[in-house]
Amino acid sequence: MLFTSYEFLGFLVVLFILYYALPSRAQWPLLLAASYLFYGCADPSYLLYILATTGTTYGAARFIQKNADRQRAYLKAHKQALSREEQQAYKARQKAIRRRWLVGGLLIGLGNLAVVKYTNFVISNLNGILSALGQGEPLSFVTLAMPMGISFYTFQAVGYLVDVYRGTVTAEKNPFRVALFLAFFPQLVQGPISRYGELSQTLYAPHPFSARRVARGLQRMLWGYFKKLVIADRLLPAILVLTGDSAAYSGAYVLVGMFFYTVNLYADFTGGIDITIGIAEAMGITLPENFHRPYFSKSLKEYWRRWHMTMSFWFRDYVFYPVSTSSFMWKLTKFCRSRLGSQVGRRVPVYLSSFLVWLATGVWHGASWNFIVWGLGNFAILMISEELEPLYARFHRRFYVDGALWYKVFQVGRTFLLVSALKLFDCYACVGETFRAFGSIFTAGNWHIFWDGSLLGLGLTLTDYGVLAASTLLVVCVSLAQRAGSVRDAIHSRPYPVRFALWYALFLAVLLMGAYGIGYDASQFIYNRF
Amino acid sequence: MEELLNILSELHPDVDFTCQEGLVDDAILDSMDIVSLIAAIKDVYDVSITARDIVPEHFNSAAALYRLIQRLADED
Amino acid sequence: MIRMKETKRTRSLITFFLSALIVLLTLWLLQRLLVPKYAADVVEGALVAEYYQEENKDFDVIFVGDCEVYENFSPVTLWEEYGIHSYIRGSAQQYIWQSYYLLEDTLRYHTPQVVIFNVQSMQFSQAQNEAYNRMTLEGMEWSGSKVKSILASMTEEEQFLDYVFPILRYHTRWSELTGDDVRYLFQSRPVSHNGYYMRVDVKPAENVPGGQILADYSFGERAWDYLERMVQLCQAHDIQLILIKAPSLYPYWYPEWEAQIEDFARERDLPYLNFLELTEETGIDYSTDTYDAGLHMNLSGAEKLSDYMGKILREEYGVPDRRGDPQLDRIWADNLAAYEAEQQAQYECYGMTPQQEGG
Repeated sequence: MLFTSYEFLGFLVVLFILYYALPSRAQWPLLLAASYLFYGCADPSYLLYILATTGTTYGAARFIQKNADRQRAYLKAHKQALSREEQQAYKARQKAIRRRWLVGGLLIGLGNLAVVKYTNFVISNLNGILSALGQGEPLSFVTLAMPMGISFYTFQAVGYLVDVYRGTVTAEKNPFRVALFLAFFPQLVQGPISRYGELSQTLYAPHPFSARRVARGLQRMLWGYFKKLVIADRLLPAILVLTGDSAAYSGAYVLVGMFFYTVNLYADFTGGIDITIGIAEAMGITLPENFHRPYFSKSLKEYWRRWHMTMSFWFRDYVFYPVSTSSFMWKLTKFCRSRLGSQVGRRVPVYLSSFLVWLATGVWHGASWNFIVWGLGNFAILMISEELEPLYARFHRRFYVDGALWYKVFQVGRTFLLVSALKLFDCYACVGETFRAFGSIFTAGNWHIFWDGSLLGLGLTLTDYGVLAASTLLVVCVSLAQRAGSVRDAIHSRPYPVRFALWYALFLAVLLMGAYGIGYDASQFIYNRF
Repeated sequence: MEELLNILSELHPDVDFTCQEGLVDDAILDSMDIVSLIAAIKDVYDVSITARDIVPEHFNSAAALYRLIQRLADED
Repeated sequence: MIRMKETKRTRSLITFFLSALIVLLTLWLLQRLLVPKYAADVVEGALVAEYYQEENKDFDVIFVGDCEVYENFSPVTLWEEYGIHSYIRGSAQQYIWQSYYLLEDTLRYHTPQVVIFNVQSMQFSQAQNEAYNRMTLEGMEWSGSKVKSILASMTEEEQFLDYVFPILRYHTRWSELTGDDVRYLFQSRPVSHNGYYMRVDVKPAENVPGGQILADYSFGERAWDYLERMVQLCQAHDIQLILIKAPSLYPYWYPEWEAQIEDFARERDLPYLNFLELTEETGIDYSTDTYDAGLHMNLSGAEKLSDYMGKILREEYGVPDRRGDPQLDRIWADNLAAYEAEQQAQYECYGMTPQQEGG
């Protein structure tokens, strides 16, 4: 069931009615049933994967928790009898046990993900090496169903397990609650990646019916559908044309494709997340925000705090910090400092951990070299701008540009271009093709396509361009308005006829201008693949 | 406390750390700053701040960070 | 206090119902505006719906099938020559299950004495084209037969909901609306003569292509199934079913197909008329009686076929002459006037004179 299918909308209607008709203690069990139904509809075999992850995560978390509880009780009971050293030794022993459970749980969860997602990538690379060495038969690929959303729920499971290990949350005793946390259907497909400590506050609580809350949720969903159906899906055919044949569509076409894709990905992903958060909101459940007007960022660093936030924060909290503050890293830092000087030593933990994070981010996005190069491209730019920071600061002081509006606009534009260019790796089949396509922007010189009507040959009509321009403009305006606070609240403060007219107009826009039905492929949300 | 403020000013000479209450929330300190900071704190105070303690509440102000350092030093 | 609460509640209820009313009304209007009207071009799409406008649905003969019935037989001729009260429930590329359910639908209004089914559609066991599905199914009034027909017809990309709310199917048409969409917003214009789609122009049949060689000549199981159901439906209602193959030269009618139908008709003791083999009896002349080189009959061809068919209906199946019934006489007088008017209009349109009719 895609979010944009009639079946899904019907599913939601039935669910919402049941959700508020049943006694409130049945609400979260209903959500669990609905989530498994939703997931099972995609493919029953997916349920096995998520059940395995749920089981191991629940079990490992419970063992860690029990051990921690036992440790506390033991230390309390034997406070007088044990010396400080004995207490420390006991703690260390218990911690080692908990660590084993943690590592075990992580290995199963992440191993699951790695096998379904990366086996064929590894095989294809091995084959490359084998054939380069002139060695025998190539290995054959395996057919593994890659369960929808496995990257997202595995990350939630890992986060939960680590949080229990760190003691920042208490392990859940009820396995069904863990199952719901991992499988909650709106976020199962494309995130956001929730933290147990936050989501559990509203996920299991009773939620009596509130017309205002349901309306707010539906409004957010509608806005999501607008971005997804009117902008993203309408653009998609042109992007497929442009990136499908990079030899025919080079030079200025690459630039067109780059902007189309940047707009498309934004509309697709933020639209999907709006639908997700809106569904949850209509049921009284708060999901974390995933975007904070990312294309208004003034630097790549800022962009990654505002785009796909739950993913970047996940990598920060569960990869970057643990690695950069690990004892191994500390030893390495000291070693480098003594051998190579304090300037190098200072940089070691940040650089090495960032490298790892961006490698992992790239690999997480997809099993291909494109994403790895994309991740490392981000890493390189972030580190270069970090090094250039003092230079920028001097420039800003010298020319008094800091805070000037035109300079901010320049920074936003520069970051937008940078981000768009990096996204090209998403579009083309391989790394070499991406570089060739990018290079051709500067060499092909076919700028005439912008005025000779070539753009009408991409599967978009003049009407399409009109709709796209108008709706993209609307999204930009809404984003600008959001700086002053929630647009939904601002609309809500208007008289009833005004807000009724506004929301109904948005509904009609989706109904009439949405790219759905016969003639449009039911295009998957782009982030389903990850 | 004095030493901590020195470390912080070295990271961002233009910020007055004695009066800031939202170092993380206002994005004055980013994740790279925090890692450098933790390394410097380990140097000066011989205290290891691990990932579990890297939460905004501990890093939003110099005072909060100092409290964290003291607590960790006690625990050891 | 309580009163205030109550007024507030009443007010919000009124607001709610008023809003709902506005939404439903505007959506309904939009839907009317956006659906294709089939009034000026592609009039084939309007045929199925026109049946329900008929004042007297007590027809003695009902034709079901694709363009090989609605372009090849003229009920006006049947009335004029024999006083046979008939109607063609035809539509473009009507599949056999659609014919079956249209017949089922027709039986909700009356039971004819004879049903004539054209067997060309036996070649399809799956719907080929969404646009044709639409033209046959949309015009039907809602009934169990319509639901079953939709479910039987939908191609993989189609959704049932798109039939319930056609606005979902045609939502993109806002950029292609014409004056006709406003003109026929609420009321269509009649496009057929008791289901007959009239063409008076002539394009002789020359160089008709032969049939391509097929891998398998046997009709699909599904087509057989519905033919069987049609036979049983007619038996249950005591209706004489007549199978025909219209004299269209193309699409090609394979001898292998002919053999299967002949066998079936013999087994079931059903009359079967292959007009391709009856050109002498009917007097069809492919140089004058077709308007598109042999695919369909023009007015002249259709009248010849109707004349021949009427004779069989009268002599072999005793279909009554209902001339003299004041209501029917009045209805058919109107029909005839419209028929002649359109004939005249078409002659003018194609720059022909009536004398050229048939010649």
